[in-house]
Amino acid sequence: MMELQITWWVLIGVLLLGYALLDGFDLGVGALYLLTKDPEERKRLIYSIGPYWDSNQVWLLTGGGAIFAAFPMVYATVFSGFYLALMLVLFALIFRAVSLEYQHQLDSPGWRKWWDLGFGIGSLLPSILYGVAVGNILRGIPLDAKGGYLGDFLSLLNPYSLVMGLVSLCLFAMHGGAFIISQSDGALQQKARRWARAAWLALIPLFLIGTAWSYLGTPRLFGNYLSVPLIWVLPLIALIGLAYFPVALKGGRAYAPLSASALTIFGLLSTLAASLFPYIVPASNNLANSLTVFTASSSERTLMIMLILALIGLPIVLTYTAYIYRTFIRRGRSVSTGNHFSVKS
Amino acid sequence: MDVVLLSRIQFAVTAGFHFIFPPLTIGLSWLIVLMQTRYLQTGEELYQRMTRFWLKIFAITFVVGVATGITMEFQFGTNWSEYSRFVGDIFGGPLAAEALFAFFLESAFMGILIWGADRVSKKVYWFSSLMVAVGSTLSALWIIIANSWQQTPAGYHIVNGRAELVDVKAALLNASTVPRYLHTVDGALVTGAFFVMGISAWYLLRRREVVFAKKSMKYALTLALVASLAQIPIGHMHAVQVAQTQPEKLAAIEGHFETEKGASLLLFGIPDEKAGVTHFKIGIPKALSLLATDDLNGEVKGLNAFPKEERPPVFLPFLTFHMMVGLGTFFILFSLWGIWLMRKGTLQDSPLFLKLALWSIPLPLIANEVGWIAAEVGRQPWIVYKLLLTVDGISYTVPAWQILASIILFVLVYSLLFVVWFYLLRKKLAAGPEAFATAAGANKTGTGVGV
Repeated sequence: MMELQITWWVLIGVLLLGYALLDGFDLGVGALYLLTKDPEERKRLIYSIGPYWDSNQVWLLTGGGAIFAAFPMVYATVFSGFYLALMLVLFALIFRAVSLEYQHQLDSPGWRKWWDLGFGIGSLLPSILYGVAVGNILRGIPLDAKGGYLGDFLSLLNPYSLVMGLVSLCLFAMHGGAFIISQSDGALQQKARRWARAAWLALIPLFLIGTAWSYLGTPRLFGNYLSVPLIWVLPLIALIGLAYFPVALKGGRAYAPLSASALTIFGLLSTLAASLFPYIVPASNNLANSLTVFTASSSERTLMIMLILALIGLPIVLTYTAYIYRTFIRRGRSVSTGNHFSVKS
Repeated sequence: MDVVLLSRIQFAVTAGFHFIFPPLTIGLSWLIVLMQTRYLQTGEELYQRMTRFWLKIFAITFVVGVATGITMEFQFGTNWSEYSRFVGDIFGGPLAAEALFAFFLESAFMGILIWGADRVSKKVYWFSSLMVAVGSTLSALWIIIANSWQQTPAGYHIVNGRAELVDVKAALLNASTVPRYLHTVDGALVTGAFFVMGISAWYLLRRREVVFAKKSMKYALTLALVASLAQIPIGHMHAVQVAQTQPEKLAAIEGHFETEKGASLLLFGIPDEKAGVTHFKIGIPKALSLLATDDLNGEVKGLNAFPKEERPPVFLPFLTFHMMVGLGTFFILFSLWGIWLMRKGTLQDSPLFLKLALWSIPLPLIANEVGWIAAEVGRQPWIVYKLLLTVDGISYTVPAWQILASIILFVLVYSLLFVVWFYLLRKKLAAGPEAFATAAGANKTGTGVGV
């Protein structure tokens, strides 16, 4: 049973990491979208993520469904506890999806202006709020004995969690910038380099502040690193990614920055997960009320059946996802051709 | 205000709005597969234009379904956390499976359909349209499995106040899964067929794109007839299952208060819940017994046979169920009429039929909604039939004002989405299939056909 619970904890980590890596770049592109007013450039940005944003987003839905199935207590506590924050994320994602598809449907500047705004803000807001949510989980939230959230909406917006929100925004912006670099050329690519660099520059101090604050505010997060020194490799990976990013930006290689930002995201997320284990949602008022990998899971049978389903389903998904990326991603191509019949008609 | 009521309103608003779109796209997706298949077989340009045009309409509609679907997946946790704790062991599985086996499929291949016309071979393009249709139909399967388990739970036992999975097969294939799935997907096919039929009729009325519209009409009309006729045995199968497994619901949708043998099937009536009788009954003698028990004199339990606190409300299920049945009958008759006109070759000269076809576009959508209302209200007061009361399923940590605020936002945002969707749809229809006139339509640039 314990092996199964840990397996599911890892699997959900994989799903959320998949979301951060894949939707991370298109959320980042969406946030950076607000920085250019040039219609041609905006069009190229939309085209660069057009074929994938929808399936990228499904990683979130799969992660959500998997949490519901494998750790229903976590799903119930977090989703009801973060009610208003989640509603904001929802509305942002709704506007974002519709903006992406509707933005290019009519050839009118007024029409486009509104959907552009919907796309930009719809990308910006979740990028920040995910970080805020993570910050609150790291710090712990007040829970009753049944796992019900005892705090209110405003206490979620504490300074520590807001810093984490900015960290995640910078991280996604950096990742999105790196993606644009890999998919564009000329002036747009130069711009993307500047954006990615700015995001990296902002990320470094925020990252340091966040780490120090975590150490001072929540020493519990560092316990695992003392008992299992091997996991130091995770923050190390994050640091390597962060250090390599500016180097990668200088070289002419298209995919180097993207690899560096992906490495950073992987390192940071797994560092957080390793810090929290075995807690999934620590209770700040009384640690005994926390939801852990071992207390919040579904039954053994459900975990087992779900595991079989996941082992069948995930390889299939990865196969056709890889196929579709290969079909569309040619350096520069997917942004420069722009032969998309739904745009032209 | 009452958190239970507010959460129910929120669920009704968000699910009811979401449910406009998936049936439409499921039905449309199969018509598009059909057109694509013909294109692959014949290479005729007409079929390519048909695909492209209907795909365009499909894409505009699909995204609203996608966007509002995210709400549905979050909502069990946000508004029904006690319910989620109770059923997570069983209910979460189908939701995760839906994402893994259906959402990924449809959204990934949707990327190819919209953006890949000039990137992939004809065969891959055809395959992608098939995968989108398969994906959206599978997605319905998982959702129906989850919902059916709430209606007729099976394959579980209760441990520490939670439902735990015992028998996967029994839980997945619970008593109502198959009839409800067939009923719902068939309803989606009717919806897509009437949609294409109505729009084709609009072009025929204006004598625009006659060849295109006649061909689309032919496909849609054929599907409309087959699918609406199929509802007769499927609907019957579903009714028998409800009679056997949820007798209160059957009694409510039929306005049937007194247990009797040889019960009649009501065509009209005004149920009076307080008095426990239905007034002004007009019915077919013994027909309800025959339908529910396969015996003219079979006994059908009435609502009065159940404890008051376990009875569903009557008026709403009764009204919505009868609306659904009436609409279903109309779909059959109307499709028969259309097929008859088409065989005679006078379909495009029958403005009455064409106008009615146009105005019938929303009717299957209404039938879907009222059928769903009958099914969901008919199982009250239970959120999980006989296991958990709706009042016990809410998120007790969320204050009422937050739910109220989110309802107001949902209503505003969804209304806006609907208006925009409808506006865009009209624009695309007005621009018409001419916009896809050339064989290499995908490569046509700078035509200025903005609408």
